[in-house]
Amino acid sequence: MDLNNITASRRGFLGLAGAGGAALAFGAGQGQASSVRTNARILILGAGAGGAAIANRLSERLDGAEITVLDGRSEHWYQPGFTLIAAGLRGADYAVSSTERWLPRGINFIDEYAAELDPEANRVTTTGGQRIEYDYLIVSTGMVLDWDGIEGFDLSMVGPENGISAHYASPEMAELSWRALDKFTDEGGVGMFGRPATEKKCAGAPVKICFLGEDIATTKGNREKCEFVYNAQSQNLFGVPVIHHRVRQIMDERNINYRYEHVLKGIDLGAKTATYATPSGDVTDNWDFINVIPPMRAPQVIRDSGLAWADRWTDQGWIEVDTQTLRHARYPNVFGIGDINGVPKGKTAASVKFHIPVVEDHLVSEIAGREGTQLYDGYTSCPLITRVGRAMLVEFDYQDNLTPSFPGLIAPLEELWISWLMKEVALKATYNAMLRGRA
Amino acid sequence: MEEFSLMTILAVFEEMFGRGLFWTMVVVALAITAAWVYVLVRDRSLSMRKFLLAQLSMPLGGIAAVWFVLLITNSGLRDIGGPIDVIVLLGVFAAGAVGFAILVYVVQSLVRGRAADS
Repeated sequence: MDLNNITASRRGFLGLAGAGGAALAFGAGQGQASSVRTNARILILGAGAGGAAIANRLSERLDGAEITVLDGRSEHWYQPGFTLIAAGLRGADYAVSSTERWLPRGINFIDEYAAELDPEANRVTTTGGQRIEYDYLIVSTGMVLDWDGIEGFDLSMVGPENGISAHYASPEMAELSWRALDKFTDEGGVGMFGRPATEKKCAGAPVKICFLGEDIATTKGNREKCEFVYNAQSQNLFGVPVIHHRVRQIMDERNINYRYEHVLKGIDLGAKTATYATPSGDVTDNWDFINVIPPMRAPQVIRDSGLAWADRWTDQGWIEVDTQTLRHARYPNVFGIGDINGVPKGKTAASVKFHIPVVEDHLVSEIAGREGTQLYDGYTSCPLITRVGRAMLVEFDYQDNLTPSFPGLIAPLEELWISWLMKEVALKATYNAMLRGRA
Repeated sequence: MEEFSLMTILAVFEEMFGRGLFWTMVVVALAITAAWVYVLVRDRSLSMRKFLLAQLSMPLGGIAAVWFVLLITNSGLRDIGGPIDVIVLLGVFAAGAVGFAILVYVVQSLVRGRAADS
């Protein structure tokens, strides 16, 4: 029996995480496509979640292709785990593995970054000076965190001594951030949370760490000593209206203050103040604890390459791909996966999971002389942790529709233990399986 | 690949427990089940005495399963938030109870042998 033929058309990433054996009996569907013979040169920029997963998929689907993966970072980071680390539930090593571990055999891995990208000449020059020519390019570089975009801030400030958290920066920084949060929830004071005005990865993470901080303070019996302030960059707490209202309701219930259109501009460590840009001018507030999340942008090499949108996100540089096929609008031999894509939603690992089959389909189909058919509908998801032990499994698409994997079973706007189990137990396993091209 | 497949689910479980531990658990579960079938065939009947003890041990297995899940997940009974949580919790309890009952029955049958019930 070909086990690959036992399939069911369910949303995979989180759905899979919760499905266990129950999904086995859902009936027969399409089998996996056979491999295609080619000598195409495929260059993948970035060996993160998107790069590793597509490298595995393509090396399985393409026979004879020359696949090169370029990434200068030796560590792979499981970024969905950063929130758990920053809440003291895991150590930094939970999110760290080696980049090469996830890459398939038989490809070329170059541990350098791209220094120059010329899509007209189909050529990339590496930071080590190697010139690589390609027939197809997959951009999966991820993004860069613009820490300099916060005046007066430096990553060396992170930790309990200063009461500064920056859990997006790295697993180690997430652990230092936990020590800062731990101290704040012991001693009390004013805790500032919020998010930048740019597109960002995991829009739920700033809210999650705020909820977790409040829950930890409550569990310690120190809630009365702690004030929580969440600063939203726009006129909502979450981009999807129905989720915004639910988050607002929970913040009201738990006495978390929130302010709209407050974007962190800078901090003053000596005075322990933060300056926020608002429509009516800058405001400065005191803090005892602050979670800093900086503006996020495409890496400079991508911004300089001509692949970025010319008229959208001009200060951020996301690449101009078709929102459904993820193929570049001006360079048809270029595709994008993950955070780097200039699409309206979904800079998450769950989005990567849904980008992979679309790019795989269009690329392999073209090589085989066919037209690809798969389309990305903007699906993304966020196990929105509301406290240690509970989360809301919110899933949505480009249209702000809720797209629950288990309609009628797992309510998306309900704080549930099962959603927490998915986040804490099943998500990393599903993510790892995705990296190997098996999920 | 955004569909479920048996291979995908096996891949996720392998990642969750590690390949060695996952398949060891599968083999152990299959071995206990096979041993149960073996003693049923050998004895040509279900021993009510052994079955009674197996049933009496079911709550222990169920509680142990729930305790184990809560232990490894930074969560507690206070986190049960909706009907699906209750169903999952009961499912964990039932799986632990049934599994332990089969184990108890098999152990009795293998240790005491057929004669003990006669």
